[in-house]
Amino acid sequence: MSAQSRKFNLTDGLPDKPEKGIYFDNNATTQVAPEVAEKVIPMLRSNFGNPSSMHGFGAAAGAEVAAARDKVAALVGAAAAGEIVFTSGGSESDNLAIVGALHAQPDKRHVVTTQVEHPAVLGLCRELEKRHGHEVTYLGVDKSGALDLDELRAAVRDDTAIVSIMMANNETGVIFDSNAIGKIVKSKGALFHVDAVQAAGKLPLDVKKSPIDLLSISGHKLHAPKGVGALYVRRGTKLRPLITGGHQERGRRAGTENTPGIAGLGVACDLAAEGLDHENTVVRALRDRLQDGLLQAIPDVHLNGDRERRLPNTCNLSFQYIEGEGILLLLDRVGVAASSGSACTSGSLEPSHVLRAMGLPFTLTHGSIRFSLSRYNTQDEVDYVVQVLPPIIERLRMITPFNAERATF
Amino acid sequence: MWNYSEKVFDHFMNPRNVGEIENPDGVGEVGSMACGDALRLSFKLDDQARIAECRFQTFGCGSAIASSSVLTEMVKGKTLEEAARITNEDIADALDGLPREKMHCSVMGREALEAAMIDYYKRLGKGVPCDLLHRETILCHCLQVSKDTVRQAILDHRLQEIEDVTHYTKAGGGCTDCHHDIADMLRDCWDQIERGEAPPPKGLVELTELSPATPAPATEEDPRAARIRELLEEDIAPALRNDGGDIEFVRMQGDSVFVRLTGACAACRASDATIKGYVESRLHEFVDEKLEVIEVNS
Repeated sequence: MSAQSRKFNLTDGLPDKPEKGIYFDNNATTQVAPEVAEKVIPMLRSNFGNPSSMHGFGAAAGAEVAAARDKVAALVGAAAAGEIVFTSGGSESDNLAIVGALHAQPDKRHVVTTQVEHPAVLGLCRELEKRHGHEVTYLGVDKSGALDLDELRAAVRDDTAIVSIMMANNETGVIFDSNAIGKIVKSKGALFHVDAVQAAGKLPLDVKKSPIDLLSISGHKLHAPKGVGALYVRRGTKLRPLITGGHQERGRRAGTENTPGIAGLGVACDLAAEGLDHENTVVRALRDRLQDGLLQAIPDVHLNGDRERRLPNTCNLSFQYIEGEGILLLLDRVGVAASSGSACTSGSLEPSHVLRAMGLPFTLTHGSIRFSLSRYNTQDEVDYVVQVLPPIIERLRMITPFNAERATF
Repeated sequence: MWNYSEKVFDHFMNPRNVGEIENPDGVGEVGSMACGDALRLSFKLDDQARIAECRFQTFGCGSAIASSSVLTEMVKGKTLEEAARITNEDIADALDGLPREKMHCSVMGREALEAAMIDYYKRLGKGVPCDLLHRETILCHCLQVSKDTVRQAILDHRLQEIEDVTHYTKAGGGCTDCHHDIADMLRDCWDQIERGEAPPPKGLVELTELSPATPAPATEEDPRAARIRELLEEDIAPALRNDGGDIEFVRMQGDSVFVRLTGACAACRASDATIKGYVESRLHEFVDEKLEVIEVNS
């Protein structure tokens, strides 16, 4: 029995790190698209003006911001470019939507969200409860990660200011039906905010035809640089600014515009709109090839989240009896980047709140690995991972005291 | 990405002494899959009573595997007394340091070693040396709070958050490395509470002493009782007090000596070893071979 061996090497026989790393962590961040970089660099080198200035430098920069606003509006399906507010990223967009809506409706103190939101929303909601006396209802999910719409219907009250529910989950890729949710929320007279940070570029967006008042996107999740994002604000939606000062963004977000980032985001949104089909055909096929390959090659693996209602690029698998960090370290050693919901990788004590909310046992949460692909991944890369991961899992399982017969001491 | 040292990577990528020892002299198991960390450590002594071989199996992150691996090398050739002096800091130092958030991995190594040694003494029916018990019972090293104090506070007051535990016991108020352990203990205690196996919270129900329905008549006292009392008070209790624990004589009934462990000793994982190994062997040696020591719950 191999567990009896006194010395062995976890990396024996594994290939050396390839020169170019294989990046399967696109839900964490993405590489900047070359076309985006082409747009950003001249904004740093020469087109550096302040859009508010009354001269040619300002006008040139302002024209880029305006063009980018049109492109973002087109990606999300806004009725007018004026409905787009540029921010510093997804977290700020989420904060502006929720806090801005609460401040604009001081008589309404209740918020509805879910247990599986991104920390940008969850952390804010906890803060609102703790420090500001707001009441927050956190909706649960079932084993497949789905919401119960009846629970939502019962949760929205007369004093509910805003309902904030993501379009797709960053960890599992599970999709929530924003149209069905929005109909319920609007019928109760509350505002509806959608965190579409993971959905943008992967799912079609059309806010003008959807019951959505506010929608957040982030630049660096769709091949734009970090530090830029946007909030769609439906015309007529009352919102107080978070950052006050100058008149930028029609008084909804003060501060001189991040012109290189914004111009880059514009190009990235164009590419995302063009690439939507590719994402749902080619990238989806790669994801399925990876997922099926791993499920077939490795015993005791569990696919997390609904198999169908899922982002085309995301695959979250739990490997029983072992812990995620070791898997990531060994994957990194052979040049593959992924992420894990294990507690150890985050520095926190608790494993993924998303997998926990889905009722996944601890035995599965600690060994979860998320692969998230992008249009830059190839079939060779997928096949490489399907080849290298089985021996990695097998070796870590030689070290663990747990197995099918012994799951506890 | 953690800033792991080369040594951590080396011991993770090339773990030494993986597996189980056949016919081991001691086996220690700590943690669980639920905690995200678990370690099973076994060792065998040579004819010089030095650790000839030590092997591990670990469920956990890279630094947990590395800590286990380096520990199996550190203990080799040492007597148990020498091995008992290895601290979790020594384990971390041997790896050229661990990130602060990962110090608990070295603590787990230290705890598994203790558990394996306690197991060894139990197998032999020997007393467990007190310095072993000492480390065993301390949870928060900064503020010197025992595991028992924390457990008792959680159960007595039905504490739910680490913050509450810190408020009640100070545990976790220092470097915060033990927050992981407090979280584990909260989980354990609440599992126990939810299974209906926990004692009622303090102030709700009178504590009942473990005793037969009718107390033994307090007439003639067993002639051995005085000697037992003396031994407990003058020899055994002071030794336990060094480690934050204590022991009280409750009563005698036939050959059964009922005692109550308090302080750091009560309800600690090693209390069984304390009673059977240490207390009973002292009483056998100095009073009567027939005596059996029974712990009374407080």
